[in-house]
Amino acid sequence: MKSLLLSTAAGLALVAGAASAEVDQDAPQGGTMVVTYQDDVATLDPAIGYDWQNWSMIKSLFDGLMGYEPGTTELRNELAARHEISEDGLTHTFVLKDGIMFHNGREIVAEDVKYSLERVTNPATRSPGAGFFSMIEGFDSWNAGEGEGLTGVSVIDDKTVEITLSRPDATFSHVMALNFASIVPREAVEESGEDFGREPVGSGAFRLTEWSPGQRLVFEAFEDYHRAGVPKLDQVTFDLGLEPTVAILRLQQGQADVPGDGIPPAQFLQVMNDPELSENVIEGGQLHTGYLTMNTQMEPFDDVAVRKAVNMAINKERIVRIINGRAVPANQPLPPTMPGYAEDYDGYPHDPEAAREMLAEAGFADGFSTELFVMNVDPNPRIAQAIQQDLSEIGITAEIRSLAQSNVIAAGGEKDQAPMVWSGGMAWIADFPDPSNFYGPILGCDGAVPGGWNWAWYCNEEMDQRAAEADAMTGPDQAAAREEAWRQIYVEIMDDAPWVPIFNEQRFTLVSDKMQGDGSLFVDPVHIPVNYDYIHTGGGAE
Amino acid sequence: MTGYLVRRLIESALILLGITLVTFVLLYLVPADPARQIAGRSATAETVANIRDQLGLNDPFFVQYFRYLGNLLQGDMGRSYLQRAEVSELIATRLPASLLLMVAAIATELALGLTIGIVAALRRNRAADHGLMIFSFVSISAPQFVIGILLLYVFAVQLGWFPIGGYGTSAHVVLPAVTLGFLGAGWYSRMMRSSMIDVLAQDFVRTARAKGIAKPRIIVRHVIPNAILPVIAMIGIDIGLFMSGIVVVESVFGWPGIGQLAWQAIQRVDIPVIMGVTMVSATAIVLGNLLADLVAPLIDPRIKTK
Repeated sequence: MKSLLLSTAAGLALVAGAASAEVDQDAPQGGTMVVTYQDDVATLDPAIGYDWQNWSMIKSLFDGLMGYEPGTTELRNELAARHEISEDGLTHTFVLKDGIMFHNGREIVAEDVKYSLERVTNPATRSPGAGFFSMIEGFDSWNAGEGEGLTGVSVIDDKTVEITLSRPDATFSHVMALNFASIVPREAVEESGEDFGREPVGSGAFRLTEWSPGQRLVFEAFEDYHRAGVPKLDQVTFDLGLEPTVAILRLQQGQADVPGDGIPPAQFLQVMNDPELSENVIEGGQLHTGYLTMNTQMEPFDDVAVRKAVNMAINKERIVRIINGRAVPANQPLPPTMPGYAEDYDGYPHDPEAAREMLAEAGFADGFSTELFVMNVDPNPRIAQAIQQDLSEIGITAEIRSLAQSNVIAAGGEKDQAPMVWSGGMAWIADFPDPSNFYGPILGCDGAVPGGWNWAWYCNEEMDQRAAEADAMTGPDQAAAREEAWRQIYVEIMDDAPWVPIFNEQRFTLVSDKMQGDGSLFVDPVHIPVNYDYIHTGGGAE
Repeated sequence: MTGYLVRRLIESALILLGITLVTFVLLYLVPADPARQIAGRSATAETVANIRDQLGLNDPFFVQYFRYLGNLLQGDMGRSYLQRAEVSELIATRLPASLLLMVAAIATELALGLTIGIVAALRRNRAADHGLMIFSFVSISAPQFVIGILLLYVFAVQLGWFPIGGYGTSAHVVLPAVTLGFLGAGWYSRMMRSSMIDVLAQDFVRTARAKGIAKPRIIVRHVIPNAILPVIAMIGIDIGLFMSGIVVVESVFGWPGIGQLAWQAIQRVDIPVIMGVTMVSATAIVLGNLLADLVAPLIDPRIKTK
């Protein structure tokens, strides 16, 4: 889960099940593009960057062994020429492509893979992504600061790396496609030290040529990129410090091509009603769920009947209208585009009458008073007000605690602080398109710890067990069974009703007339706001 | 004078020391855990504990505070939790932009404020006076965010006279400087007006008139120099106001100054950066006040330094 630290309007999304994009090999080479952002870029170090702004920038500067087909969630080999998995699912062998180069002109060898994986899992790196690699053998001791490195990663020869896992894990290939698994050159990292995030050297389609803090970043096409004809553009400029509102003004004046922060909620209708602008808005799904947590270890939400009553009290259609229809109502934790989504599950109906009865049976005929924590950035307080009204319909008085993001996260991570939390604006977008990604930290027992992200404090050991079993199904022939297992887990979790799933956000990307390419590239699952490497300008070099 | 200066400098240093303590306490009490923020959601409890340890967040408050203070005295403000870069470097790359904006804004507010105040005082209780005072009232009340967006829309988008936000040329500085100077212009015009009215009613003005000196000459040579004193003294104090305005204006116009840096650091609980920007701003405010106090006796001999 990526922290959405910068904005609530857009987010790193993954569209699952999208058809493979036709990447236009004849698309004109050359041209430039200007992308705007409000905030400065925190870092371009692939071991550290973990917000939706730098995520896609890092994707264009660095490559890992695995990647995705542009515009889709389909895994493909990136720097790896071959990827083989042993029968038992415990040994992954990667063979590197020939003649692949870092931006500094040095050829990438197997030793770089080992170095990169050991760097990201080294406690001294303080990487927010280290935990993803916990299935690699030797992770526990190395990440605790003991030993000489990851014992599970061994260099066979210059081109071959063998990675041994301590448990079979069906998500490992996705993990190797995360930015955290990017290959970095040791000499450049050691030379820059803590400043590597400002002086990144990778092997991606673009290389960084200018960084003026708070003003501008310039990416230029890397001539020796390992895929011929990629990237399409010669140069991408990121203009920083621009309010989303100002960014749209710039786009209308032809001074910007992609407002990276998206369309601000307050201007959404204005843009969609403008014939010229709305023509250039591309809509797509995203792997996002907005939900209301109920702390299952605090009274009165420790009673499942109360949680079910709340599920029936909320009018989700109305909440979707409040955000101008930028989402679809949800009835389960997984979003519809995620493998494992239960099509035939209907969820709890909106029925305040039945909710009141259920509450009375549970001994709360007169309702009760509680608190609802919410992040204080529009539209979240308005959504909280709608929830508050729906709750008052069934006799529950909820006081809204509208706080800064970090304070809501802190309250949710305490066992007895936040009876209810509205998740809006705080994350909940998948790192990779796999159903397991919505479980561990936010619904599993591991997340129900002080400072954790399971704000419902829901811990069902049977579910944890079944989740572990599902992820152990690594064989290609087990994929369907694994998906079914996950589907069952989420549907049964809804019987315990730790959340009210409210909606799944849709993604809307606005671009200038000049930018072209397959529609899927503009709502690319892993590249937000757009896939920098593959989109192109209409007429080539201007 | 030297004794006074030394005493004021010592006082200023003590104030800054107090500010480090207050800011440090406030940031220490913030419930958000920076280690959690750095570690991300996939992190285990051990990873978070490890990060807390590396950053020294487990040490008792006073150990953390005195370590920070010790480093600060050696010019080391630490490294940003998030960007990992030296805080002093982050601030140094952004300070020139903020100073430029501040100087331009002071020029704007003085030019606008003094002119309006003088005209209003000379046209006291007439239409021009009422009109100008309504203007100054609006400029004091209107949020800078709104003024900034309005100016951008009219002068950059519609008329195309200025660039739509950004930094670099002298054309870029105009709109942010006007936005930032607008608020001060409102205050200064009201102050200048009442100060002018006071001076105009003084005996020496009447004497000058009686001696037959031309009115424009009296205004320029006698009234304005006397009336302007309290306004000048305000500029130093105003720097504090600018520091808060800069956060808003820089974010509207994409001005790469320390206000923008501060705003982003606060959102991300990047404590070393928040501390650093606070210290730099506090130093600017303290120095501004000190300068105002030192300059006052030079322009008005009635004020004595004790």
